[in-house]
Amino acid sequence: MLAFLNHVINGISLGSVYAIIALGYTMVYGIAKMLNFAHGDVIMVGAYICFFAVASYGLHPILGVLLAMLVCTILGMVIERLAYKPLRQAPSLAVLITAIGMSYFLQNSAQLMWGTNQKMFPAIFGKTPFSFGGITISVTTVVTIIACVVIMLALTWFTGNTKMGKAMRACSEDKAAAQLMGINVNTTISITFAIGSALAAVAGVLLCSAYPNLVPTTGSMPGIKAFTAAVFGGIGSIPGALLGGVLLGVIEIMAKAYISTQLSDAIVFAVLIIVLLVKPTGLLGKKIREKV
Amino acid sequence: MKKLRMSKATGINFLTYALVIIAFVVLQVMGNQGMLSSTLKGQLVPICAYVVMALSLNLTVGILGELSLGHAGFMSVGAFAGAVANVALSVSVPDTGLRLALSMIIAAIFAAIAGVLIGIPVLRLNGDYLAIVTLAFGEIIKSIINNTYIGMDVDGLHASFVQNTLKLEAGGRMILNGPMGIPGIQKTSTFVAGFVLVMVALVIIFNLVGSRSGRAIMALRDNRIAAESVGINVTKYKMMAFVTSAALAGAAGALFAQGQNTIVASKFDFNTSILILVFVVLGGLGRMWGSIIAAAALTVLPEMLREFADYRMLVYAIVLILVMLITNNPAIKNFFESTMGRIKSGKKAKGGAEA
Repeated sequence: MLAFLNHVINGISLGSVYAIIALGYTMVYGIAKMLNFAHGDVIMVGAYICFFAVASYGLHPILGVLLAMLVCTILGMVIERLAYKPLRQAPSLAVLITAIGMSYFLQNSAQLMWGTNQKMFPAIFGKTPFSFGGITISVTTVVTIIACVVIMLALTWFTGNTKMGKAMRACSEDKAAAQLMGINVNTTISITFAIGSALAAVAGVLLCSAYPNLVPTTGSMPGIKAFTAAVFGGIGSIPGALLGGVLLGVIEIMAKAYISTQLSDAIVFAVLIIVLLVKPTGLLGKKIREKV
Repeated sequence: MKKLRMSKATGINFLTYALVIIAFVVLQVMGNQGMLSSTLKGQLVPICAYVVMALSLNLTVGILGELSLGHAGFMSVGAFAGAVANVALSVSVPDTGLRLALSMIIAAIFAAIAGVLIGIPVLRLNGDYLAIVTLAFGEIIKSIINNTYIGMDVDGLHASFVQNTLKLEAGGRMILNGPMGIPGIQKTSTFVAGFVLVMVALVIIFNLVGSRSGRAIMALRDNRIAAESVGINVTKYKMMAFVTSAALAGAAGALFAQGQNTIVASKFDFNTSILILVFVVLGGLGRMWGSIIAAAALTVLPEMLREFADYRMLVYAIVLILVMLITNNPAIKNFFESTMGRIKSGKKAKGGAEA
């Protein structure tokens, strides 16, 4: 029973990281209607920035995280401006390929700048675990779950109550109508990318605190999993990203613990397929009615 | 008008056949004259395999109009089925050419079965959801093959899953060893076989596209609801295109695997699927000759970029982004078209003056 609880907590922690990454996918998809495949690599960049800030320059971990967020925010906005904005009217496949090109670009730049050698991410949240009633939980796990909850609440408040958040929702529903209402669509999309990328930096730091091997391809598999999580919960929906991410994390850890380590990825994807067959737009996705 | 358009399509088809035949003859002559570098020679079989992959994916993406992000999964099924067949048949079919052909057919059948199994759930979905499910299937196939063990002894083939529990008789050998893949494959693939496979793929695709079924498939792509309302069976025609595409990818996988020393399941991952999708999009959706050129050029390109050494994949990424920007941004596209138009009209004016 205790082992089971431990697995649940670990699953929620991993799922929280997926959820934070999935938010970036979901928000960008909701507004720009594009699958931003470079998102996973922004995570990697964030992790590297924090790694160098803390391990090489001896900055305080909090400062390291903030620096990573700053760099990733700028990176996300620059990527959007240079590669995606010129393709706003282009067919979605062209945008997809550009995003993939951007993903290759980031991975290979990282490889050239920082080498292919594995970096050991420092334990920035300390090593002494909490323990109560026989369950031991690492500080990283606690920080991850708290960070996820805080980010979720902040984003829900932001999209519901601020002017920019309302503009985002308007853009995701109907870009042309939003423009007619005096919303600057380009700025809104740019801000969305900025928020998504800042969250990616946080996710990168959290991910590497839990799994400390940092290489230029660190971001790709979590990126794909988080994308799956976003679809799982219903792409475009913020609570959906949380639900999808956490469920995916728990399923993955449970499959690893009770079925087979090697097959855990296959099980995760199989569950996704079953869910999509029953609910074709994800758990919390809106049902799209077809008009003739 | 209708007749004219038909003849245009036939013309393009013949030009595509001609393109492949000419490329084959030129490369074959150059190879015999020793004009090809050894690296390029080694790439001829993979190029053919990737060309067939691109053609088959173009059938799904360009003709059927559904985005697939797991095409490498079918290649993987074909590669492993083909390589196992190659080893299993090595005694009973000593002729390498015949064995290669048989293994490709077996690979195509296995990939087609995978295509049917995957197509039943996948083709019920639409758009990005379909794409993510194909991605998921690609990963599942990779996981399954990574956990399959196949061995052969006097009693025939044995297989086990997750754990290697095979107890082979004396003299038996392991063929597929889970995550270690299949080592020591006898290289039976040749450039001629690759060329034949490309031609077969072209014949199948052109005949399918030009047929009544092909028109039904394209009608589904252009407007599913309208097509459905005139009585086109959505599932049947979608399956037809999807399974044909999977079978061709399986044959390409068998060709590819038997040109390698070792194959492992992780070779056929998401990145490979994306690579093939890039060929298709760069070559043009539904444009088969474009896929052929893009697949061949982009397979050779990283080799050509050798002089950039460490920077070659970076250059590749930048080329990819720039090509997409140039071909899809309205402002840049207009600029190019107007310049091209000016050059063309200039030529015409000159030609007129001369005449």
